[in-house]
Amino acid sequence: MKHIATGIISAAILSIAATAASAATLDDVKARGTLKCGVNTGLAGFAAPNDKGEYSGFDVDYCRAVAAAIFNDPNKVEYTPTSAKDRFELLANGSIDLLARNSTWTLSRDSSLKFNFTGINYYDGQGFMINAKKIPGVNSALQLSGAAVCVQTGTTTELNLADYFKANNLQYNPVVFEKLEEVNAAYDSGRCDVYTTDQSGLYAIRLSLTAPDDHVVLPEIISKEPLGPLVRQGDDQWFDIVKWVGFALVDAEELGITQANVEEMKGSANPEIKRMLGGEANSKFGTDLGLSEDWVVNIVKGVGNYGEIFERNIGAGSPLKIARGLNALWTKGGIQYAPPIR
Amino acid sequence: MSATDFVYVRKELEQPLPPPASQHGPVHWIRTNLFASPLDSVLTIFGLLVIAYFLPPILSWVFINAQWTGSDRSVCATVAQGGVQPDGWAGACWAFVWAKFGQFMFNNYPLAERWRVILCGAMLVALIVPFLIPRAPYKALNAILLFGVLPIVGYFLFIGGTFGLRYVPTREWGGFMVTIILSYVGIVVSLPMGVLLALGRKSELPVIKMLSVIFIEMVRGVPLITVLFMATKMLPLFMPNSMKPDDFLCVLIGVSIFASAYMAEVIRGGLQAMPKGQYEGADSLGLNYWQKMRLIILPQALKLVIPGIVNTFIGLFKDTSLVYIVNMFDLLGAVRRNFSDPTWISPQTPMTGLVFAGFVFWIFCFGMSRYSIYMENRLDRGHKR
Repeated sequence: MKHIATGIISAAILSIAATAASAATLDDVKARGTLKCGVNTGLAGFAAPNDKGEYSGFDVDYCRAVAAAIFNDPNKVEYTPTSAKDRFELLANGSIDLLARNSTWTLSRDSSLKFNFTGINYYDGQGFMINAKKIPGVNSALQLSGAAVCVQTGTTTELNLADYFKANNLQYNPVVFEKLEEVNAAYDSGRCDVYTTDQSGLYAIRLSLTAPDDHVVLPEIISKEPLGPLVRQGDDQWFDIVKWVGFALVDAEELGITQANVEEMKGSANPEIKRMLGGEANSKFGTDLGLSEDWVVNIVKGVGNYGEIFERNIGAGSPLKIARGLNALWTKGGIQYAPPIR
Repeated sequence: MSATDFVYVRKELEQPLPPPASQHGPVHWIRTNLFASPLDSVLTIFGLLVIAYFLPPILSWVFINAQWTGSDRSVCATVAQGGVQPDGWAGACWAFVWAKFGQFMFNNYPLAERWRVILCGAMLVALIVPFLIPRAPYKALNAILLFGVLPIVGYFLFIGGTFGLRYVPTREWGGFMVTIILSYVGIVVSLPMGVLLALGRKSELPVIKMLSVIFIEMVRGVPLITVLFMATKMLPLFMPNSMKPDDFLCVLIGVSIFASAYMAEVIRGGLQAMPKGQYEGADSLGLNYWQKMRLIILPQALKLVIPGIVNTFIGLFKDTSLVYIVNMFDLLGAVRRNFSDPTWISPQTPMTGLVFAGFVFWIFCFGMSRYSIYMENRLDRGHKR
């Protein structure tokens, strides 16, 4: 009897999960009129409220690009601020359609958590910043034995840190916090000797330090952190849309289509550009995705291309001034590369 | 004997001499209050030294070195930090608070719709001030407006979607407005609920007594944060999307039942402190149960536990910050959320924001505390020990 009851309950849970997963997300989004996007509660440059209270940032612009592709209006996004711990629950239980929250693409997140990463919008890597006043003379992470390390809990950062120190037979004292600003405050007040997080984060943290010159970023990059947006498994159409929005952003940069010139580019004779902007006769790229034919035009008009998003939020046009580095186009020495739209 | 036998007769009383200089005036006050004994002298000097040590840096941080205007982080950062201030500068970045003030108050509530919140806030102030002044007339009408009409008006104003107002989902609410809504609802619900639960727990009817005890002990036995988390994260897993309860509603209910359970125990303390003679006296007058409670017991019991009641209110007011667990932002949440805006990141920003939030919380808690002392003195009937 007990087994039967357990069976019924688990079957019920499974069927609920199954219906939630296989429902067409695009239809839900269209019916609702807004895209529900999970973003960071606050990470400088990636997702943070501006003076008007609107979210802005690199990840936020990905949400806006998807909304622009669907609705031709980048503002039709409902943002759900998510913490490192609850982000996956919210995506799994259907509270959000898309998670663009500087999340690292890993095998277990893809398989056991049943998500699909749609691509890599930012190639990051974990680095160390040390307080050179507290531990002078350190110029390599291998000299960090016994150091107190500030780290945010629930992240791959925490796991990489453990792996790295174990692999190199080093001891360390982790000082963990749940919120980024708590880690920052602890580090700045001298509670730890070392701060470790993705290198993109270290740039923002330096802005908040009392004496930025006392702090040194060590050369070691101890992990690959491919950050990207993700969706639930089981809805391939939605997966395709989110994935190709990202590709379209990169392709647009490669072809020189910008927010400013997208309208005149529509008249371009270049067949690649024509194809992308839906100018080709009997073009079906957009409609096959479930979008309109001018979906790329809408995206670029709404948020710009990949390079513009980068510069505006985290690059030279922002206080963070992060260099393109690995995130430059493949034609310019980086590894941002998108399949062609054809 | 006639009056002329006396050389001198004093017709009026001599004016008393002023006390010696050592017995009055500031010198006397200082000697009796600050330097009465060697130990007092040591403590006074120590206290003065502590003030002299801490006060100037605080004053210079809060006022003298503080930056009041500016449009980005550069006014609040030293040259080494990428700003314009000289090295070694440290001061409050009030420019940050000023730029973000709207968000601290309303968080993401749409700019064009904020007048609705301000209007409702003005109504709240207009109703609560006369309600709190004992001499102000029309108390019954005032109470009906404050506790009956205002919540309904507020609901329609905030949510919108009717009367031509734009719909604003609770997800977009935030900031100080959420703090006030949560504590208003919590306070208004918890006091009557607490009275009923306390009476239920003291009741002689076994079922009512058991239900009250179970409710109170269950609610008090679980941390608020757990219930909020369960209600907003676990519940959606078992419910179809269309039936998902609103997160903010869950929080309101959670906060209210929590405050009610605590309030019930505070009030039960008051009921227990009443001498048995009061109950028996009421019985001997032939009053029924509700008359006895309403006319004799509760007015005295509630008066006894005013400090406990206000203590619960203050705790509730500060507990509202826990809504961050369900990704809503109260005042503190809204402040902290803005620390990551790259336009404003600087070493001074977090401290300034937290000082601001702490000051606002303090103003309100201190106000509640002073009012409760005023009420205690007003209702004092000479029974104080």
